[in-house]
Amino acid sequence: MRTEALPRPRAAEDGLVARLVAGSTLPILTIAAAVVLIWYVAAIFLNAPVLRDSYERAGRAGVTTQELIADAWAMERPILPAPHQVAFELNKTVFQIDPTSRRSLVYHAWVTLSSALLGFAMGALLGIVLAVGIVHVRTLERSLMPWIIASQTIPILAIAPMIIVVLAAVGIVGLVPKAFISAYLCFFPVTIGMVKGLTSPEPIQLDLMRTYSASTGQTFFMLRWPSALPYLFASLKVAVALAVVGAIVGELPTGAQAGIGARLLAGSYYGQTIQIWAALIGAAVLAGLSVALVGLVERITLRHMGARP
Amino acid sequence: MTAMAKMQAGIPGAAIYDRPVVEVSGLNLVFETADAPVYALSDVNLTINKGDFVSFIGPSGCGKTTLMRVIADLQKPTSGDVRVNGISPEAARLARAYGYVFQAAALYPWRTVLRNITLPLEIMGVAKAERLERAARVLDLVNLKGFERKFPWQLSGGMQQRVSIARALSFDPELMLMDEPFGALDEIIRDHLNEQLLRLWERTNKTVVFVTHSIPEAVFLSTKIVVMSPRPGRIIDIIESDLPANRTLDIRESQRFAEIAHRVREGLRAGHSYED
Ligand SMILES: Nc1ncnc2c1ncn2[C@@H]1O[C@H](COP(=O)(O)OP(=O)(O)O)[C@@H](O)[C@H]1O
Ligand SMILES: [Mg+2]
Repeated sequence: MRTEALPRPRAAEDGLVARLVAGSTLPILTIAAAVVLIWYVAAIFLNAPVLRDSYERAGRAGVTTQELIADAWAMERPILPAPHQVAFELNKTVFQIDPTSRRSLVYHAWVTLSSALLGFAMGALLGIVLAVGIVHVRTLERSLMPWIIASQTIPILAIAPMIIVVLAAVGIVGLVPKAFISAYLCFFPVTIGMVKGLTSPEPIQLDLMRTYSASTGQTFFMLRWPSALPYLFASLKVAVALAVVGAIVGELPTGAQAGIGARLLAGSYYGQTIQIWAALIGAAVLAGLSVALVGLVERITLRHMGARP
Repeated sequence: MTAMAKMQAGIPGAAIYDRPVVEVSGLNLVFETADAPVYALSDVNLTINKGDFVSFIGPSGCGKTTLMRVIADLQKPTSGDVRVNGISPEAARLARAYGYVFQAAALYPWRTVLRNITLPLEIMGVAKAERLERAARVLDLVNLKGFERKFPWQLSGGMQQRVSIARALSFDPELMLMDEPFGALDEIIRDHLNEQLLRLWERTNKTVVFVTHSIPEAVFLSTKIVVMSPRPGRIIDIIESDLPANRTLDIRESQRFAEIAHRVREGLRAGHSYED
């Protein structure tokens, strides 16, 4: 009764281009094109009133629509910069300037990212520890859960300045206070996801452990933890994006000298809208890359754990 | 002394070997559910001796699984006395006295076939070299050599169930509790596995408790058939089979087989006439 192994389905690596076309790439490009188009049009309408004022002041009459549009897309401090202006700014501050310089967006992104990652690590750890406690100690669930949920109803913008100020009072400044704000945002999805994940083993899988009279620790490491990993990665992806937001928010109230938040603040202080938009896009790219990185670790880990390709 | 031998020596007392493997007397079990209490087992008395192959047969809901779970200390009885190897089910479970095969394979999907089979050995603290040696032996027993590195989803249902049997055999328990292990498989594979199981039992002289609701399966495999009936779950008849030990599938055509099967059927029918 020797049986053959079922043929292993082909790995999905092949046909990258085919997959992109067949997959979500085309729709995404379509949406992106539409957004850019609307953006250009909006830039004309939003910037036109300011331009007309300036024409009037300069005594210029008879400006053609074409000239108006060209000017609307080339202002130094526009209400809404045109996409290519933001792109030029990004190109300049990301690729043309030495990344250790304060004028480099890469430098500021790194400042934000480092505190976001520190906060992410702290928040994820806290989230996991809380979930392990909640799953194993019944009274913890009843005593902790309401507080955990309440913590998330407080707006982060309200609590961030207090964290910064209180920590500064006890001499903690710089990276750590910002990381605390990231951790504050991060731990919640991790706790919720891990409570669900750690309780996800089926009764029959738990019974099996009981028939071997496995200890609580053995049941945890050999059953609950591996069962929870898919849930953990799902919440880590949410958490890492929140960590970036948290770090930026942490840079705002103190008028920080460096970081994406500092760039936003400086930009709005001096009316440098192009710089603001470049920083915004920098923040989005940062968050996106972080999520993608967690996704990559997820793929590698779950593949190693025998997930179907 | 190997870790395994130590473990087996850990079962207290030499008394184990002159007592029956399982003794159940006056067992009752009531599930208190939200609406009405469910009388899952009512006044069950049963003795299983060393080397027996005992089948529980009966319609679904008659308490076969529940009785097995009580023996395995996965379920506490409401009243009555249960002894496994002369000690309480809990003590027997803590001494790893039995291997349990569930109705579903219950493999851990993130472990390969090999690491599923060595799971109980890891828990019991067996050294790696011995784990691998034992895994190789039981994989051979269930004819799954060469599948060590596969993950469960890469196997058919029958192969998964064989892995779960190998897993239960890996730590060499004297008592095997098998809850409809082949219930979800088609008849052809089932016949094969039944014959294999019988050969395994003959070779190892283990005590097997086997749940089924197939009459031919019960008669073919068993030295003792326990016929059960539902509402309340109870034992209707216990049939000692005198079919020869080294039986093959052909025996199902014999006169004696038909007689025993007939008696099982009678018992099941009697159990049914009890209600409605
Ligand atoms: N955990 C439980 N809670 C309540 N009722 C249960 C539970 N487990 C089993 N039962 C009931 O006990 C009876 C016997 O179940 P079971 O032992 O699974 O039967 P079988 O294995 O013979 O099909 C059934 O009526 C079933 O619904
Ligand atoms: Mg059952």
